Parts: sequence; C-alpha cells; structure tokens
Amino acid sequence: MKNILILGATSDMAQAIAKKYAAEGWSLTLAARSVELLGPIASDLAVRSGAEIQTLEFDATDFSNHRKFYEELQTKPDVVIAAFGYMSDQMAVRSDVEEIQRTIDVNFTGMATMLSVVADDFEKRGSGSIAAISSVAGDRGRQSNYIYGSAKAGLTVFMAGLRNRLAEKGVHVMTVKPGFARTKMTENLELPAALTASPEQIAEAVFQGLEKKRNVVYTLWMWQWIMLIIKHIPEFIFKKMKM
Amino acid sequence: MRKIADWGNYPVIEADVSGFDTTAQLQQKLEQPGEVIAFGNGRSYGDASLQNKILLTRRFNKLLSFDDATGELCCQAGVLLSEILEVFVPRGWFLPVTPGTKLITIGGAIAADVHGKNHHVDGSFGQHIRSMDIMRNDGSVVTCSPTQNADFFKVTIGGMGLSGIILNATFRLKKIESAYIRQETTRAANLDEIMDGFEASNDWTYSVAWIDCLAKGDALGRSVLMRGEHATETDLVEQLHKNARFKIKKGLPLGIPINFPDFALNPLSMKAFNFAYYNKTRPGTHQDIVNYNSFFYPLDAIADWNRIYGKRGFTQYQFVIPKEAGREGMRTILKRITESGLGSFLAVLKLFGEQDSFMSFPMAGYTLALDFPISVKAMALFKELDAMVADYGGRLYLAKDSRMDAAMFEKTYPNADEFRQVIAMLNEGSTRFASLQSKRIGITG
Repeated sequence: MKNILILGATSDMAQAIAKKYAAEGWSLTLAARSVELLGPIASDLAVRSGAEIQTLEFDATDFSNHRKFYEELQTKPDVVIAAFGYMSDQMAVRSDVEEIQRTIDVNFTGMATMLSVVADDFEKRGSGSIAAISSVAGDRGRQSNYIYGSAKAGLTVFMAGLRNRLAEKGVHVMTVKPGFARTKMTENLELPAALTASPEQIAEAVFQGLEKKRNVVYTLWMWQWIMLIIKHIPEFIFKKMKM
Repeated sequence: MRKIADWGNYPVIEADVSGFDTTAQLQQKLEQPGEVIAFGNGRSYGDASLQNKILLTRRFNKLLSFDDATGELCCQAGVLLSEILEVFVPRGWFLPVTPGTKLITIGGAIAADVHGKNHHVDGSFGQHIRSMDIMRNDGSVVTCSPTQNADFFKVTIGGMGLSGIILNATFRLKKIESAYIRQETTRAANLDEIMDGFEASNDWTYSVAWIDCLAKGDALGRSVLMRGEHATETDLVEQLHKNARFKIKKGLPLGIPINFPDFALNPLSMKAFNFAYYNKTRPGTHQDIVNYNSFFYPLDAIADWNRIYGKRGFTQYQFVIPKEAGREGMRTILKRITESGLGSFLAVLKLFGEQDSFMSFPMAGYTLALDFPISVKAMALFKELDAMVADYGGRLYLAKDSRMDAAMFEKTYPNADEFRQVIAMLNEGSTRFASLQSKRIGITG
C-alpha cells in the first residue's frame, strides 16, 4: 500500500487532499502542530474509507528537528505534500518584526529545511513525489501582501531548484499555486465565484497533477493567465498600481 | 463582513461570518455577547439562518463512528447528506429520511426537522435521531435523546437552531440492496385523480407528485405521481446494474453560470415548461429502474439553479392542510394560485402521515410547495393564501419561509407560545440564539 505524508494536515486544503488519497486506497501519515486537532480528522478518514492513518506532531518552525522527525517515521512515504502555511494580515504586520519573521519562517524556511530532508531520502531511493502548496501571491510583489508573497516566491524558487536537482534522479517535484480558495482564511470575504476554488477542487488538481507528474499546477486554469499578465506589466507602471 | 443569503437569495444581508473546527473554538465564539445563529449549507430558503453574526457549521464535518452491524452513524452536524450517501451507498446503506436536496447539513436537517417522500411511512428526519450533543449559549454541552434530557431534545428537533448549536448526532442508516429505485410513474388528469392516487399509495415507501399549478378548469391539479421502492437484487434488469449494484454513473456537471434576467421567467415560458413536463409522461402507468439521484435529487444535478430567478430572488411557499380539509381546501387554494398566474415551475404535492412533534411542520394531510419569484403581487397573494391555510387548520414550513408575519405563526403552530417561553429561558445570558426569522415571527425578541 502506498503512503502519503501530509505536513500541515489540519488546513482545509490538506483535509480535502487527505480525503482524496484515502478514497484512492492510500495509507496516510498526517502531521500538524496540534495532534489534538488531527484526532477527529483521522477518525473521519477511517470511517469514510477504512484507510490506515497515523497522526504525528510536527512544527514547521522547529527547523533543527526536521531531520529527526523524518527519520522517526515508521513508514517512509511515497508522496510528501507540504500544505502548512501562515497568512498574516499585511497591513497589521508590515512593521511587526515577529510577525514578519513568523510569516517567512513558516512559509519559506520551514518548507526549505523539511523538504530538503525529504529530498535527500527520495534521491537515495530514486523515487517519490514532493509537492508544496505555494501561492500566486509569490508570482509578483504587490503592496497588499508582499511579505507573505515574498516567502511564497522563495518557496516557488526553492521548489524549481529542487525539481532541477532531482529530475534525473526519478523524483518528481510539483509546485501548487492555488488562486482564491474558499477556506477558513477567507470565509468572511466575498470572493469572485468564478476565480475561487473549493478545497475539493484543489485536492483533485493536486492528485491529478501528481499522477501526471506535472511541474507547476495552478488549480484553476484562469489563474495561470491572470498571473502571466500581472507578471508582464512593466515595473514603472506596476509600481503605481493599487494591487 | 460579507454579503450572505440563503437559497432564495431573498433577503440578502451583510453579516459577520465565521466557522469553527473544534468545540473549544465554538465556545470561544459564544463568549462574545450578542445574537448569533448557525448556518449550514444555506439551503433553507429565507432568513432562518441569517443574523448579524453567523456561525458556519460546514467545517465541523467529521464522521465520528459507524457500526457495520446496525448501520448506526455518529457524525458532526456540518456533514452534508451528500457526503453520507457518497460514503455509504457503495456499502449498501441509505438515509432513513431525505428531503428533495442532498446538499443540506445534518444540523439543518434536525433544526428544520425535514421530511421526505417516505413521510407517511417513516416520519420526519428528527424521529430517527437517537442522540445528539448541543452546545448551549453559555458554552456548556448537553447530551440529549428521546429519553435523556427529553425536553431539550424535543425543542431542538424542528427548533430552527434556537436552542443551541447542534454539534453531532447519532442515527441509523437503512440497509439497501442496490443504489437503484424501482419507480412507477402515473399521470393524473386532475386534482381528484391525484388525491385518489395518494390515498391508494400507502403501501409504497416513497410517493410524491409534481403538479402543474398553471392548469385551469377541468385540468386543475393535473399532475404526475411518482412512487418508488429501493430496488432489490431481483428487481434489477440491466446487466450493468446487476454487475455493480451499488455503483451509479456520475452525471454531467450542469450549472447555471449567471443570474437570469427577470424577463426570462414569464407566464408564457412557464406555461410551456409545465405543459412539456406533463406531456412528456404518457397517459397510464410506467415502470422504470432509476438511480437514487434521479429519483430523489433531480434538481441537485443543476448547480445554482436558484439563479434562474435572477437577482430579485424567490421564495418557496410550502403549506400543509389537514387531510379532512384536503380535497376542498386544496382545490380552493390551488384555484387561487392558478388564477394569479404567478406560480412558476411544477410544484410538489405530497400526502403526509401522522406526526406528533413539538415544533415540526408536518401533520397528517396534504402539503404543496411552489416557487414564486419575489414581487409585490406575489407578496399580496401570500397574504391571501396565509388566511386560507390558517382557516383550514394548516401551517407554513419555516425552512422555506421568508415573509410570514408573527400573527400567522402564532395562529398556526399550536406550541408557539410554549416554544417562545422555553427559548427565552434557554437564551438567558449575554449570548442569544436568534435569526431574522425568529425575530420576524416573534419567537425571540
């Protein structure tokens, strides 16, 4: 039976991804900062699909313990999905040192340290898939979310480099860039329905992307084109736009 | 703050909206003083789950345990009926009671005490609940069942979310031999024929009729009666069905991408639709094997079908009148609706069985449900209909209502007064459960 390790397994996207893999007959290792929150998620998956599920505590910012965490896994995974993230309110935190650091630590440093450990193992084994949830916010710096966005940009570049390193070693590396998503982070906002993906849509896109060994996945196709346009606006114009 | 509405898109309000994953998070939210109401999947039609502060339950959606021997399921209140079907139909289990949409939460099903095509046999959804946990306004959790904290249980079933936030519920699924329904369709030329048909349907588990509310004169009440049973192994004919009894084909994902302009639904287009629907069923009786989705949830196949009513929104007028008053009463009311020419798509008619609950809508008698686009004329018509329904000893369904007045509620729900007092007592404290509906019809202040 194939095993998937989901890091940050309590997010809405991660839960939907876990449901998808459980339904496909995989065994799951779910890791998150709060094991307590994982309890009902695991029993739900077990009732739904009878899947084998293990829950573990994992702290994205406890960098030096990432290797130990991975080495102690009972089952070494075939697929790793890093879904943890920290969205700060840009206006509130842009001068708050601790919040800036936390945003970068969770979204970039924690991803880089943990996935480097995974990469070493997969490289040795010559197989496996690594996916990380990045963001369209990392495609171009905008005043409304450049701290979060720059951490995600770092993650996107990290994943591209990892892909380049592991391409010839039989290891698949996939970057996921959801646009707007209907999750707990956005439940009090009105989002344009056509541009907003549900966690289930994202889970399906992640699953299909991993099956087809895609490199970069925008979960709704429009976002690839929207970001392409945004990326190509000349900087001397872009800097004056309210975005 | 964001804009939010229930299924009828009327009313649309600005509200502070948030959800919760754990009971601890919910407790924290209830510590803030003020009025709140739970919101499931937004499929009640009016304002029963609307309030300045709204607690979304959809994230509280875990299946907690299932017993393969008895079919007993315990799940959190934010689980959709559709999720339960997806998981358990392939294993040979079905919901004990289901309304005409599977896109509602368990919490909503209990709060509105929903009914289905088997009401005359199996009663309402609430009658199948064996136990549930409710969080009260002070953050404490009450476990209740028909025998434990029975009074609390009684006011929560059909209590429209006013006694507290339903956390989880335990009930039994029923065993099925296939995912298919053996369906019998019969055309009825008028109201007498369809009522005879219902009265001769007692030994069918499922029965319902689609009725043409625009047909006049001799054709008044012409309809199509649909009756069904879960298909047994031996009922299945097609090899494909026999080979995979619990597997059904996924339909095409259809949707209504935008709000229709107001003129799209007019008397002419509606008449044409109803005519076509009635005449697509040929006279006489027809037998079919259909999958459970097309029997129970034909409209769920079209995502966002409420958009055909456009921006102005719509309401569904659903009433019940006692069986004794049934024939005469239904004829009089239907005639008034037909004369108005305001009705839209086919309406749904059903004969309920007995029901003995504190606040629930059903009673032994006939129920009719019909959509109306919101308009000044329609609102005036409803007032007239209200008076007729009340005179016949009937009442309106709170899950569909967005406009009834307090006097109508008072007159037609026999336990209205006691319910109001109980809710006032339960709501003592700084946090209170109340919806725009409960204020409008005078349950809460």
